[in-house]
Amino acid sequence: MSPAATLVLQDVSVRVGGRRLFQPLDLTVTAGRITTIMGPSGSGKSSLLALICGTLAGPLRPEGRVLLDGVPIGHLPPERRGVGILFQDDLLFPHLSVGENLLFGMPRRPGTATGGRAARRQNARNALANADLAGFFDRDPATLSGGQRARVAVLRTLLAEPRALLLDEPFSKLDMELRGRFRRFVFDHAESRRLPTLLVTHDMADADSAGGPMVTLACAETKAEP
Amino acid sequence: MAAPLRELRNGAPARRGWLALVPWATLAVFLGPVVLGLIGTLLPAFGILPALGGTGLTLTAWERLAAAPGLAGSLWLSVSTGVASTLLSLAIALAVLAAGYGTRPFAWVERLLAPLLAIPHAALALGLAFLLAASGWGVRLLHGLGGLAGADVFALPPLHAPLQDPDGIALTLGLVVKETPFLVLMGLAGLGQVNAARSLAAARALGYGRMTAWAKVVLPQLYPQIRLPLYAVLAFSLSVVDMALILGPGTPPPLAVQVLRWFNDPDLSLRFVASAGACLQLALVVGLIGLWRLAEMAAARLLRPWLTSGRRGTSGVLGRTAGVLGWAAVAGTSAAGMLAMAVWSVARRWRFPDLLPGELTLDTWARGLALLAGPLGATVLVAALASAIAVALSLGCLEYEDRAGIRPSTRALWLLYTPLLVPQIAFLFGIQVLLVLLRLDGTLAALVWSHLLFVLPYVFLTLSDPWRALDRRYARAALCLGVRPRTVFWRVKLPMLLRPILFAAAVGIAVSVAQYLPTLFAGAGRYATLTTEAVGQAAGGDRRTIGVAAVAQMAVPLLGFALALALPALAFRRRRGVA
Repeated sequence: MSPAATLVLQDVSVRVGGRRLFQPLDLTVTAGRITTIMGPSGSGKSSLLALICGTLAGPLRPEGRVLLDGVPIGHLPPERRGVGILFQDDLLFPHLSVGENLLFGMPRRPGTATGGRAARRQNARNALANADLAGFFDRDPATLSGGQRARVAVLRTLLAEPRALLLDEPFSKLDMELRGRFRRFVFDHAESRRLPTLLVTHDMADADSAGGPMVTLACAETKAEP
Repeated sequence: MAAPLRELRNGAPARRGWLALVPWATLAVFLGPVVLGLIGTLLPAFGILPALGGTGLTLTAWERLAAAPGLAGSLWLSVSTGVASTLLSLAIALAVLAAGYGTRPFAWVERLLAPLLAIPHAALALGLAFLLAASGWGVRLLHGLGGLAGADVFALPPLHAPLQDPDGIALTLGLVVKETPFLVLMGLAGLGQVNAARSLAAARALGYGRMTAWAKVVLPQLYPQIRLPLYAVLAFSLSVVDMALILGPGTPPPLAVQVLRWFNDPDLSLRFVASAGACLQLALVVGLIGLWRLAEMAAARLLRPWLTSGRRGTSGVLGRTAGVLGWAAVAGTSAAGMLAMAVWSVARRWRFPDLLPGELTLDTWARGLALLAGPLGATVLVAALASAIAVALSLGCLEYEDRAGIRPSTRALWLLYTPLLVPQIAFLFGIQVLLVLLRLDGTLAALVWSHLLFVLPYVFLTLSDPWRALDRRYARAALCLGVRPRTVFWRVKLPMLLRPILFAAAVGIAVSVAQYLPTLFAGAGRYATLTTEAVGQAAGGDRRTIGVAAVAQMAVPLLGFALALALPALAFRRRRGVA
């Protein structure tokens, strides 16, 4: 398990053309806490997460500094930032089995006790079993229910051993009954791994349930809220 | 395709390395030869071709060209067949799209597209020739129907048949049958871009009939999407050679055929006239594309008031019927022609006016395959190499686009279409001159390269839409799992796009198999392919042998498409989610 870390944003905003999507943001996300970012659609919530994990595309330009554990990561390519992200859709790779999806993101450390081929597979199976998905290793992701797929997506992200976790409205597409349980599942995992976690949502219930600090993205034209 | 465009960097440092060279290499591979080839054709037209003693600037070639008997007839034939076939293909393609798009039976139109597109021009022309010939299926069918009605029509083959007719009607029909499926395919791709279904629904909710709604709302959005492919069809129809050799008249032939005759004439001084003729062919195509553009603008202006006149139109039954019948005629003619070729290839005796041969035999195939083994091997080898290179270059360009974070512009699309817009005959001679200078003429490399010029645009066009349509978040999700871009390419994008990649490869094979002129010019007579054999057989060959050649020529691309469908189905038989 990776050691507890802190995610820090300094003066961060996203520019498109000469315009900022939102007022520059200063934020410290501490380990094991879930910080919620609220804002209406179009306010740049998803772009903020893309900026943090390094996948900002098209005409969008990043601004400000992102530090993970005190180290700037803004210049690194996404795959070397150690920032995991969960999207609205599970984005399980359709050509890989459930287990292969998990193995895809797991770090390789050949020659060590935990990084060999057999150990990685066992690790994936254990993770599935702990998520009530025992025996799903060889299943085709297309045959899983929405809730099962969502859980596999979480496992895939966590098994990649990120040092921070971003949640891009991952609960919005699930129905109400599933939603509460899945939210708890994600939050428990994030907290037990002491991950600094940033949740983006426009649903108050998500924010309440996260229980951490809450920030509202301010439009660039208006003043930022305290 | 991507490099000449403005780059938009994003936060992460762009990872490109050698990949940045791929778009440039691609441009060089397929635009370089076109430009050099045009120069190599232009210079001899003005008397400069040192190998044949032409060292000074003269206009002799142009004077001889102007004095050539039948030149006006050739020009008129090229223009009339080219424009008529393009207009007719466009009308049928638009009508069938308007009548069918989004309806259930339309699935059949889509399903037929790949096999129809896979039929090489020469094979299609040979099939159509037998349908139209004096002793062909058309006449035999009329005789049979006459017999049923008690009348004795065509007891003997008629003296005049609409084949190689002086007005080029057979050639026009052949071009329509070949080009309509291509325009339907391009139209489908365009409709996906403009969200036609929603526009159509909105217009119909306002009380417009299906066809009127289509004409007023969808067509104005669709037309810009199919403009370039349409110009390519026009350019091709104006300068077609292989189909014209089989279906077109000989005295005078269309301009491109006449130019080819001059290029092949034992009298070497005619090479200069041929070069001038090739330049004239280029001017003809450029001029007509320009005229077409002007006509488009005039039509747009004249029809503008009609768009907003508020007329809801009638049910459009006529238009729908025309679309359905036109498509049925196109697909039916292709199928009947290919079937005729297949029947001939196994016929022992097939007397006039029997509808079917009396005796069947596989002898022709046994003899034919022995003869065609060499050309078959060359065809498959060249097609496989050209297609594989084209797929690799296209993937390199597209992956570069992704990593550099750029989107292609319309200008890039024009570049891509260049080899399809410039008449082949206008630059292939120049390429040949160049190859001779480099001592590369008649080599496998030269042959593959000459095919690549035409394979690459089609492969790139086929591949780029599905590639760009792949949900980019898959790649992002993979990167955020800590996986390198190269691994994402190999382990996420390639497998998820295996189906369109193999489909594009099959398109590439079909395009390569169909090439006639490039094989003639770059192969320098040392390489015979199924296509050069089939066209060669057409003049005076035994119909049974022609049947074998045509079926063999058609079998290679069809096999390619079959593999492109079967392999992903096999590889992902346990993965329902792979599109």
